[in-house]
Amino acid sequence: MSEKTKSAFTDKKILSRALKDSFIKLSPRTQSQNPVMFLVYVSAVMTTLLWIAALFGIRDSSVGYTFSIAVILWFTVLFANFAEAIAEGRGKAQADSLRASKKDVEAYKIESAEKKESITAVPSSSLKKGDIVIVKAGEQIPADGEVIDGAASVDESAITGESAPVIRESGGDRSAVTGGTTVLSDWIVVKVTSEAGESFLDKMIAMVEGATRKKTPNEIALQIFLIALSIIFILVTMSLYTYSLFSAKLAGVENPTSVTTLIALLVCLAPTTIGALLSSIGIAGMSRLNQANVLAMSGRAIEAAGDVDVLMLDKTGTITLGNRQASAFVPVDGVSAEELADAAQLSSLADETPEGRSIVVLAKDRFGIRARSLSGKDVEFIPFTAKTRMSGVNYDGIEIRKGAADAVKEYVISNGGTYSRQCEETVRKIAEQGGTPLVVAKNNKILGVIHLKDIIKDGVKEKFADLRKMGIKTIMITGDNPLTAAAIAAEAGVDDFLAEATPEGKLKMIRDFQAGGHMVAMTGDGTNDAPALAQADVAVAMNSGTQAAKEAGNMVDLDSSPTKLIEIVRIGKQLLMTRGSLTTFSIANDVAKYFAIIPALFIGLYPGLQALNIMGLHSPQSAVLSAIIYNALIIVALIPLALKGVKYREVSSGKLLTQNLLIYGLGGIVTPFVCIKIIDVLLTVMGLV
Amino acid sequence: MIKMVLPYILYLAILVILAFPLGLYIGKVMNGEKTMLSPVFLPFEKAVYKIIKVKADEEMSWKKYLSCTFLFSAAGLVFLTALQMLQAYLPGNPQRLPNVPWDLSFNTAASFVTNTNWQAYTGEATLSYLTQSLGLTVQNFVSAATGIAVLFALIRAFNKVKSKVIGNFWVDMTRILIHLLIPLNFVIAICLVAGGVVQNFKPAETVSLVEPIAVSSEGNIIEDAVIDMDTETVTVNGEIIDNAEIVTEQIVPLGPAASQIAIKQTGTNGGGYFGVNSAHPLENPNNFTNIIEMTGLLLIPAALCFTFGRNIRNKKQGTAIFMAMFLMLVVSLGVIAVSEQSATPQLSQNGAVDISATMQPGGNMEGKETRFGITASSTWAAYTTAASNGSVNSMHDSYTPIGGMITMLQMQLGEVIFGGVGCGLYGMLAFAILTVFIAGLMVGRTPEFLGKKIEPYEMKWSVLVCLATPIGILVGSGIAAAVPAVLESLNNPGAHGFSELLYTYSSAGGNNGSAFAGFNANTPFLNISIGLVMLFVRFLPIAGILAVAGSLAAKKKVAVTAGTLSTTNAMFVFLLIVIVLLVGALSFFPALSLGPLAEFFSCTF
Repeated sequence: MSEKTKSAFTDKKILSRALKDSFIKLSPRTQSQNPVMFLVYVSAVMTTLLWIAALFGIRDSSVGYTFSIAVILWFTVLFANFAEAIAEGRGKAQADSLRASKKDVEAYKIESAEKKESITAVPSSSLKKGDIVIVKAGEQIPADGEVIDGAASVDESAITGESAPVIRESGGDRSAVTGGTTVLSDWIVVKVTSEAGESFLDKMIAMVEGATRKKTPNEIALQIFLIALSIIFILVTMSLYTYSLFSAKLAGVENPTSVTTLIALLVCLAPTTIGALLSSIGIAGMSRLNQANVLAMSGRAIEAAGDVDVLMLDKTGTITLGNRQASAFVPVDGVSAEELADAAQLSSLADETPEGRSIVVLAKDRFGIRARSLSGKDVEFIPFTAKTRMSGVNYDGIEIRKGAADAVKEYVISNGGTYSRQCEETVRKIAEQGGTPLVVAKNNKILGVIHLKDIIKDGVKEKFADLRKMGIKTIMITGDNPLTAAAIAAEAGVDDFLAEATPEGKLKMIRDFQAGGHMVAMTGDGTNDAPALAQADVAVAMNSGTQAAKEAGNMVDLDSSPTKLIEIVRIGKQLLMTRGSLTTFSIANDVAKYFAIIPALFIGLYPGLQALNIMGLHSPQSAVLSAIIYNALIIVALIPLALKGVKYREVSSGKLLTQNLLIYGLGGIVTPFVCIKIIDVLLTVMGLV
Repeated sequence: MIKMVLPYILYLAILVILAFPLGLYIGKVMNGEKTMLSPVFLPFEKAVYKIIKVKADEEMSWKKYLSCTFLFSAAGLVFLTALQMLQAYLPGNPQRLPNVPWDLSFNTAASFVTNTNWQAYTGEATLSYLTQSLGLTVQNFVSAATGIAVLFALIRAFNKVKSKVIGNFWVDMTRILIHLLIPLNFVIAICLVAGGVVQNFKPAETVSLVEPIAVSSEGNIIEDAVIDMDTETVTVNGEIIDNAEIVTEQIVPLGPAASQIAIKQTGTNGGGYFGVNSAHPLENPNNFTNIIEMTGLLLIPAALCFTFGRNIRNKKQGTAIFMAMFLMLVVSLGVIAVSEQSATPQLSQNGAVDISATMQPGGNMEGKETRFGITASSTWAAYTTAASNGSVNSMHDSYTPIGGMITMLQMQLGEVIFGGVGCGLYGMLAFAILTVFIAGLMVGRTPEFLGKKIEPYEMKWSVLVCLATPIGILVGSGIAAAVPAVLESLNNPGAHGFSELLYTYSSAGGNNGSAFAGFNANTPFLNISIGLVMLFVRFLPIAGILAVAGSLAAKKKVAVTAGTLSTTNAMFVFLLIVIVLLVGALSFFPALSLGPLAEFFSCTF
């Protein structure tokens, strides 16, 4: 994953391996996997045999001509092999580097988390599910597992390519570790969850290498279409032979068509362009996903991503920046804003959370209150806990508290203070605007409320508008209350939201959408996301998430980035579009090929057919050769497009269709006319025909 | 100019105006909804169910539906073959016609069971009254009904969600026959009789000719003959012709023509009562009957588009499909009309033939009836090859190369420009599935049509449905071209001779039934091979469509969003047309370039 920026073409190692593979793939068994190219393969063999027969005097047409056709057909096959090989190249290179990190290491097996002292060293490959091992600083984690004791910083760069270490600890949603990664500091006790050969790394190697690549349903459907077209063209050329015999007999002349030319016609007409590039497109799509640091468990999942029309996005990190910022001090009960800011700043001095820091910054910006150092014996900072939901400071007998409205209310009232209506009103207003109210109290007196605001990420609104144009509905998932959620949803421009989201709520929402015929995508990391992930059509599990989440999803995001979903949808659509566009291009090409070859075939029989030679090709032989050379070269010319995917914009389906039809449909009709003419001129100029 | 175009517009307008309400009526009837006519027909419908012991609300799986369709047709095939082969021993044969040879019996049976009505026999001289009425007429009705029934199985499948059943074959057949085909044809037959078409049970009558004619021993009329009735001698330029026969009387065949002609037209059957079909003055005497018969040709196929839209609760979709068909028809009609009106360069050279249409029918009038002229003949030719009907009011063999090519091409496109009753529309829907497959991919979605995902299974069968016609035609004609004996069936040398062969198999491969008149198709090889092609292109698509229907019915419906490819807008109509033309053109460009195109270019250069 580290070589993100390098293109497969410029990487010499990939290129040379691809060249070698092009020849290895000539084995009939490999060829028979791809029916359309197998047809070309058989045609190449046949013309070669015809050439050999011609050498011995059994002539179908001239020796040189048959030889040329045979050579071009072999090149056509090689080009197709090369297209596939180069698409596989990047994955293979990546698999090699992954394999390097998958070496057998010594695992320190222990009986249980409590008995860390009785260590037995065993090879990592012998570990079974349920075994417990201890991994210390500097050691490689021997197998996938769940941390059951301890916490450590782990270098996961072998898998994610990200060099910054991550924390893995027992309990919670950061307990999953992957075999092949390295513990940098401290120690952890890991319960093994997968055996050798089935580990995440093994799966990853298989996926990037394409070893387990199965044809997706859509690929199969397209292939059926291509096979059917090929069968028709076989019938067209075969019947053309008897038609030609028949017509020649009627005209009382010799049969003008040779088997060699008919084979050339067949290969030209068969959808070889898309046939040659079909598997490259699939592999390249998978590879693009890998480059985005997403690992799909099947090719089917990528296609499903193209169909997704409901995106369930987590608010935090996707729609808003991960942290909230203080945006206003709203004093109540006649307190001045400055007094409130002063108290708020004091209570936040030791608060290292982004919210805490933003309060200090705001106090300085608004009221010029400088950071003070509160040092002394009687200063005591109260940290935030999930139980009290407040933090604060005690100094010089002054108690300042800030926290969730109801927590502070309870604290003040229980200490004999009052919680005014004005305060309650202010809290409600802030929540309505999508903010988080933070109530500040000093010595049991409420001073006011800090307005913590969710910061919507730049550009998300436009992004969602684009998605809407494409017919994709965005749903914001948040733990906020409905009031806050509604305000943020409106500001971010999402179509709908799920507030106070629970795992059951998410699952139900997905089921409801699916019942309405929608395809739903979501991301998740926690174990409690697993049911929803399993239900969603496209389920992206964060690599930082739990094992259960990873198993439930059909993709794993190694970067654990919540915005990835949008990119995945884009890649899925691009994959399908590339397939469709190149199919259209391939079939549209046939029009020009007919105009090149048909007059060439029958001009002897019916001179009037010269009128169909609208390209003005030099001679029948040059026409056939030009068409078939074009047919081979176009495969090479389109490899970069197959690898990169066609251009994609977020516009409505109608616009996309018009745009692609113009480029690949109309372009597919015009391009061969121009190219075949140019090749014909070149052949004539060089005196080859 | 306007004067010339006006009749065409009128013909098309009549068709659309009548097709729309009929489509809605058929939709209601097939859903078992109440119509104004229900009180009349419903008792009959119920009586039929009682007799054949069918429960109207019991639906079938696609496999059961298919086996009913196949068994029903197979029974028809066997019965009809046997009927012909044994007609000499059976009653209803006053002319004492002999048994029909096995190969011709098979060909005729296959032809009528498949709704093709290819006629390798000469009607009056081969088949007994019993064979005609109990065999052919019955098949005219039921083969048409079968096509419509299969269409409705598919329409229902689009509506169903996660269902295993697609309707009841017997119920569909009964409703189509009782509510649609029988009453509609009753009305049309009455109109035809009013217009002068014969309808009686009298034997053929003998009438005197206005003036005698002389015929050579080979049966050809002797031109410029001077006939002396007293001495019974025939002289040409003063020379006495021996063996010449003088004919003074003519036999006028009669019979129940009007009733047969009605179903022949509306059921897209096409098998004429008389040998020359609707060019015969007693089958189609004047422009009034001509308009009725011509409109009847496309009436049900066009109406079914609207039925489709109504019954899938997406009228726009029905209109879109209709538009695709209609536009192709208009273009075909336009090309034929222009080609025939302007004739060939040779005909129009130095005013050899008047090609204006102001005072009298001009242009290429060879093989056309003067009472119909270019307009009604071209329109009929376009209609009859668009619909897989095959009845004619002019001889397609005599059309200009391009005019003749269009009639051929319309059949080669798989008879989806309205096409046969039912089968034209389901064929077109298979093309629509191909279209959404390609277009759907281009907008980055796995393909779906009317809320149903198109997956390998549907793709496999749809492709077979679309390609059955090209496969049938290419294989059939490809083999025939290699059989030396076929050369003897031709009436013309050169490219036109090849066109005759190609037309024959295109007609069989499109289940059309019309012919390039010159071709003698009654040989054992041609009878068998054409018969097999007709069966192939009829029943492979039926199996395919029912398999697709079964699969679609079992699927859930996908929601429609802005990301969904629209299948009702102009872009889709355009794409659908392109796909239909592309499949046709890619399959037949080489063949057409050896036939009509070669002929055309040799005319012009």
